[in-house]
Order: sequence, then C-alpha cells, then structure tokens
Amino acid sequence: MTNHTGTNDAFTTRFDGPAPEVAVSTDLVKRGLLVAPVLIAVCAVVWGVDGAWSSAYGIVLVLVNFALAAALIAVAARISVGLMMGAALFGYLIRLGLIFIAVWLVKDAGWISLPALGSTIIVTHLGLLFWEMKYVALSLAHPGLKPSASNLDNSI
Amino acid sequence: MEAFSALVAQVDPADAKNTAAAASAGYAYGLAAIGPGIGIGYLVGKSVEAMARQPEAAGMVRTTMFLGIAFTEALALIGFVVFILLKFA
Repeated sequence: MTNHTGTNDAFTTRFDGPAPEVAVSTDLVKRGLLVAPVLIAVCAVVWGVDGAWSSAYGIVLVLVNFALAAALIAVAARISVGLMMGAALFGYLIRLGLIFIAVWLVKDAGWISLPALGSTIIVTHLGLLFWEMKYVALSLAHPGLKPSASNLDNSI
Repeated sequence: MEAFSALVAQVDPADAKNTAAAASAGYAYGLAAIGPGIGIGYLVGKSVEAMARQPEAAGMVRTTMFLGIAFTEALALIGFVVFILLKFA
C-alpha cells in the first residue's frame, strides 16, 4: 500500500495496479453469456416466450450487477482503502436500489414473467459464483497459474 | 371489543389479503437486506485489516473479498425475489 507519493504510509493508503475484481467479474460475465442461451431456453420451455424475455432481462441484470460491483470497488481502491470500504457498503445499497428500479420499470410490461425473472436472477447469480469459485480457489492454491482444465486435473 | 369486531366485519377479505401481502413483501425485502448489510460490512472490514497487515497479499484478499460480497449479496437477492413475487405477481 502506498500513499500519493509512492512511499509506504500507514495512514494514507490505496492500491495502484491491476484490479482482481475486474478480472473476476469479466470471467463471470463471459461465463454468463456462455450459459445464457441454455437458461433462456429452459425458461422458454417452462414459461413460454414471456419466460424467455424475462430470463434474458434477469441475466442482463445479474451481469450488470457484477460488473458494477467490480467497477465501484476497483475505482475506489485506487483512491483509498477507506473509500473502498464505503464503496462496497454503499455500492451494495445502490445496486439493490438499481435492481429494484429495473424490475419496477418492467413489472407491468406485457412480456415480463416475474417467476421466470426471479428464478433466473437467483440461479444465474449463485451458479456463476460457484462456477467462478472453483477457478479462484485453484488460483489461490497455485498463484501464477492460469486456470485451465489440465490445472484442474493436476490439483485433484 | 364489539367495536373491534364490527370493524373487522367491515374489512373486505381481498383487501386484507392484499394488505398482508404488501406488509409481508416489505418485511421480506427489508429483513433480507439487513443481514447481508451486516455481513458485507464485517467482510470488507476484515479484508481491509488483512490488506493492512499483509499488503503483498492484497490481490488474493481482494479476490476472495469480491466473491464473498457477491455470495452475501445473494441472500439479499433471494429476499428481493420473494418481495417481487409477493408484491407484483
């Protein structure tokens, strides 16, 4: 941790350099786009065309939520650690509010199916996190190694 | 007591159901947001402490912190989904 002049300082702290949150959220978004057709197809089978549109909307909400969370923390960490903590806490509230507004705006739309939207939000959010956790756990166990299928085989 | 009974008798069951659903939705969303709020505060506080103690491990700490925040937030999202199903469905 360095201060503005680049020297060690116990009071004015910030993190310059790469932001790991952005890398994690980029991975999450990539995987989310990868599984989106499957989720949309499942919702289309269960809830029809409305379910497909609602599922797509839910996936977009979850992915934007991840990206926004990472961006807030990454930007705040470059300014100060205290601001990063504030950004994490108030960012949580702001993102909850934004999700509420996003759902409230479309709640009466003809193409929305709320059960499909709700289940997509939960399944996508938790599913992507568990998927990502596998690779992050591997990265922490073997720092510097790029997660791949062969690395997974070696770790077992 | 008689006045209360008369008041209850005047209440339309459909209105009572809607009122109860609205109140339950509010409780679901509000209570579901409190726990993750406490959890994220604790999580980020401990992460900042860890980064201050060991700055060279800040990358790892931030990665696990971000995932922890996202997992904790899932609880609030579940409460939010219950809210939208009770309130709007």
